[in-house]
Amino acid sequence: MFLHELTANGIREKVKNREVSCVEVVKELFRRIKQKEALIEAYIFLDEEGALSKASEIDDKLESGKEIGLLAGIPIAIKDNISTKNIYTTCASKILENYIPPYNAFVVKKLLQEDAIIIGKTNLDEFAMGSSTENSAFHITRNPWDTESVPGGSSGGSAAAVSADMAFMALGSDTGGSVRQPASFCGNVGFKPTYGRVSRYGLIAFASSLDQIGTLTKDVFDAAMLLQVISGHDALDSTCSALDVPNYLSDINCRDNVVRIGIPREFFREGLDSEIRNALMNALEIYKKNGAVVIDLSLPHCEYAIATYCIIATAEACSNLARYDGVRYGYRSRLDDDNIVDMYSRTRAEAFGDEVKRRILLGNYVLSAGYYEAYYLKASKVRNLIKNDFDEAFTKVDCIISPTCPTPAFKIGEKILDPLEMYLSDVYTNIANLVGIPGISIPCGFTTAGLPIGMQILGKHFEEKKILQIAKLFEQETDFHLQKPKLD
Amino acid sequence: MDIDPREIDNIAKLSRIKLDDAEKVKFKNQLVHILEYVEKLNELNINNVKPIFYTSPLKNVFREDTLKPSFHRSNILNISPSHVNGFFKVPKIIE
Amino acid sequence: MEYNIVIGLETHAELNTDTKLFCGCSTSFGSEPNTQTCPICLGLPGVLPVINRKAFDHTLKTALALNCEINDFVNFDRKNYYYPDLPKNYQISQNHFNVGNNGSVDIIVKGEKKRIGINNVHLEEDAGKLVHPEASDAGHSLIDFNRAGVPLVEIVTNPDLRSIDDVQGYMHTLRNILQYINVSDCKMQEGSLRFEASISLCRKGAKVFGNRVEIKNLNSMKAVMKVLAYEISRQKELLDKGAQIVMETRLWDEVDGVSRRMRTKEEAHDYRYFPEPDLVPILVDKKSIDRIRETIPELSAMRRQRFTSEYLISDYEAGILTESKPLADYFEECVKLTIVSPKELSNWIINDVLRVLNEKKSHIQDFTISPKMLVDLIEMKSEIGGSIAKEVFSEMSNTGKDASSIVREKNLTPLSNAEELNFIISKIIEDNPKAIEDYGKGKKSALSFLVGQTMKITKGKANPKILIDIFREKLENNL
Repeated sequence: MFLHELTANGIREKVKNREVSCVEVVKELFRRIKQKEALIEAYIFLDEEGALSKASEIDDKLESGKEIGLLAGIPIAIKDNISTKNIYTTCASKILENYIPPYNAFVVKKLLQEDAIIIGKTNLDEFAMGSSTENSAFHITRNPWDTESVPGGSSGGSAAAVSADMAFMALGSDTGGSVRQPASFCGNVGFKPTYGRVSRYGLIAFASSLDQIGTLTKDVFDAAMLLQVISGHDALDSTCSALDVPNYLSDINCRDNVVRIGIPREFFREGLDSEIRNALMNALEIYKKNGAVVIDLSLPHCEYAIATYCIIATAEACSNLARYDGVRYGYRSRLDDDNIVDMYSRTRAEAFGDEVKRRILLGNYVLSAGYYEAYYLKASKVRNLIKNDFDEAFTKVDCIISPTCPTPAFKIGEKILDPLEMYLSDVYTNIANLVGIPGISIPCGFTTAGLPIGMQILGKHFEEKKILQIAKLFEQETDFHLQKPKLD
Repeated sequence: MDIDPREIDNIAKLSRIKLDDAEKVKFKNQLVHILEYVEKLNELNINNVKPIFYTSPLKNVFREDTLKPSFHRSNILNISPSHVNGFFKVPKIIE
Repeated sequence: MEYNIVIGLETHAELNTDTKLFCGCSTSFGSEPNTQTCPICLGLPGVLPVINRKAFDHTLKTALALNCEINDFVNFDRKNYYYPDLPKNYQISQNHFNVGNNGSVDIIVKGEKKRIGINNVHLEEDAGKLVHPEASDAGHSLIDFNRAGVPLVEIVTNPDLRSIDDVQGYMHTLRNILQYINVSDCKMQEGSLRFEASISLCRKGAKVFGNRVEIKNLNSMKAVMKVLAYEISRQKELLDKGAQIVMETRLWDEVDGVSRRMRTKEEAHDYRYFPEPDLVPILVDKKSIDRIRETIPELSAMRRQRFTSEYLISDYEAGILTESKPLADYFEECVKLTIVSPKELSNWIINDVLRVLNEKKSHIQDFTISPKMLVDLIEMKSEIGGSIAKEVFSEMSNTGKDASSIVREKNLTPLSNAEELNFIISKIIEDNPKAIEDYGKGKKSALSFLVGQTMKITKGKANPKILIDIFREKLENNL
């Protein structure tokens, strides 16, 4: 087995036991990246020099017997909408093409404290708006399982990098499924924590009430490890919880919590790919064999989730993206700018892509005078109905299992011309963002064409630990997560 | 449903995005398509439902009135498109 | 034609916190441009706001002092509009769930009490400052974000103001309250108190009010007065001609003394308010209301009334003494320290202390003479005489020394040496036969004249009480 094929925890063990140095790990990983990146194009920016220097710093620490962090020596990729001090952070947008943040996101600080090695910034749909990573202003990213297919999105670069063994783990962000859907398409484990579990400080906002930083890893244990590091209170994020972070790693193999599994019947209706349905049914059998009870559920308002999401996400987005105006940072139109209003409109016309423009326009439409009540207020009420569905469901079940996506990875170019069709691919995922609950996507099979299938497990607010245990059981009973794409 | 061309102009203005005529037609059609889908929400009776704007149960989050060092001005100005004498510089403002 | 006038006023006061509303940058005035900024107040990608507790408490205090109903659920909204001094291109403000609503302020206009309704009191962040280079062909503007994010309390009246006098009375009272409760220093020259006015006129007897005109950019109470006077005459002139008033927003041009159209109703901003998702709501319970209420001192109107009844000074004097809280505190401190009558203390403070402060353009808080020092001086007065006392006072205000050391150093001890005095007095009696004659005829004022002459010669060093006794004795004997 090559070094790059190991899990993050595998690398951690090897580094800790001094079987391999951090510098060797980084060098080996960059060898791999140089071989495969031209094909996959998962990254926007690679920082080999910075990674090597951090690696030798940690090697020195190990050498001198100093205490090392939980992620010591693990090379990690970061979605390019998470601010990294002195390292380009572009959101895959021309408007931030040359933007270098003067500060680190909370999660980046935590990673560095725990001795992780940042190797680069991964591709995404511009400002995380999209489900295929085709909306990047720079280049598309290919799915390692089928390079004609999309890796999903918006954290497509992070998912593809982990899947192609070009990173041991990665951070993503999830506003409507942007961690879980690419994880499903690329055969990774993708975890979106409870809203408020991880600080959003430094995550470049798309939709503030929905955004949450999440993890993309090769298995459930790595997800627990990374989540352990990035969770916790941050005084700079008013929406970040002060609840204690449990130890996600201890008892991860405990099976006591795998009891009542809810299956929302609305999620198994038309539109669901039959191979995916079968994979899910098989997965449920595995749970049943291990003592779980499967309970039929109804989440009657979930069919309104996409419509609700369209309104809330775009309304928040149009306001969040108003700051990109060419005044304080980022791109400014080079055309003759004799007055500020034209400068704004040209700057934004030239530097935003179509999907971002579409959402800004839609957001401003639903918030504009006379429409607030018909759209934003109404959506906020339906959001409450959806939340009530879940509150109700969780009185009967410990978790809710569904497919992560209705289809496997689709072809590049297949949906890009139909925005609504693209939005609908988030049908099973964005409810978790509307309600704020945690969810994981884990590999649960393959289509006959060899594309990964993802299973989503949703839990109650702040019950990350339970979800990890439920996911871990499945992983122990199956080997889907061990499959690797053939990239040679 | 449909969106009036003047309304598209207004939305583009509110968005501070310059659109040419072809783009106006394209975005208008896409917005109409999405808004027609969104009309699904009208199926629901929501008169007595309270809206939620926050999914977090948090309340009363404050910081104390304690000074923190500001950023070094050059760090801030160096990433700006245009600055002079410590100020950010922008085209003339015409109301 | 005669018109009724309806005016509403929005007041923005910078709260006197050390740090900005959502970050730890300083709020101090007058620093180099953009040196009091950070990623948060510059709205860099990925930053988030966290509310300054003191700013919130100050807003709550203001709402309570203005007799508002306090909302138990308070949240913030985003007010979306593009302006280069607004870093995020939205302002975090409050639109729906304000801190307080339905308050009132009592003002006195021409001796009559009038109640002005307060629609709401809310908290929001300030914008930066634009600098327009003087050359008219400069083609660019400059921005300083030091002020961006400074907490502002906004106080919105109902349209209850009916005249310029009402407006003046209201602004004056409001500023006084804000200073009394110590939430804002209200320094007009530093822009910490700013106004927006709306005004409409209608012919007397008409039922429907005319179109409303809003005027922005009023950076002083003087500007408010001027622009309203201007607007009233502008609108009257138009209405007299039978013209319509256009519903619009106008800007006050301080230099030319005119208001100019900024935008019409059709061009009015669509602020697209929605709840700020980066902040969580604030629940205000009775306990926190009580805690803040306890910090509100007796306000000037009450204090003025109490001063007249408790200290037997005139309403006019009480008005001056309660104009600012520190001055009223100074007076009461003096009262506590002495048996000298409050009336006399009031005279000293109004005539002497305020004169010196005026001359020095200084404030009572920075005054060199403490209440104890002033009281000591006044108590010495019977001994050293009024004119010496005044001289000592002026020396005290210059040097900060206490009265007794000045009297000692300058050898201002009163002349009590009887022999010397007798000599001087005999000379005065000799030189003023007319006065002696008058006294003999029962003209008591002649005695004052003689005492005055003696004081002149002794340069005020004689003790007038003793002088009177000596004169009386001598003159009685002469008769």
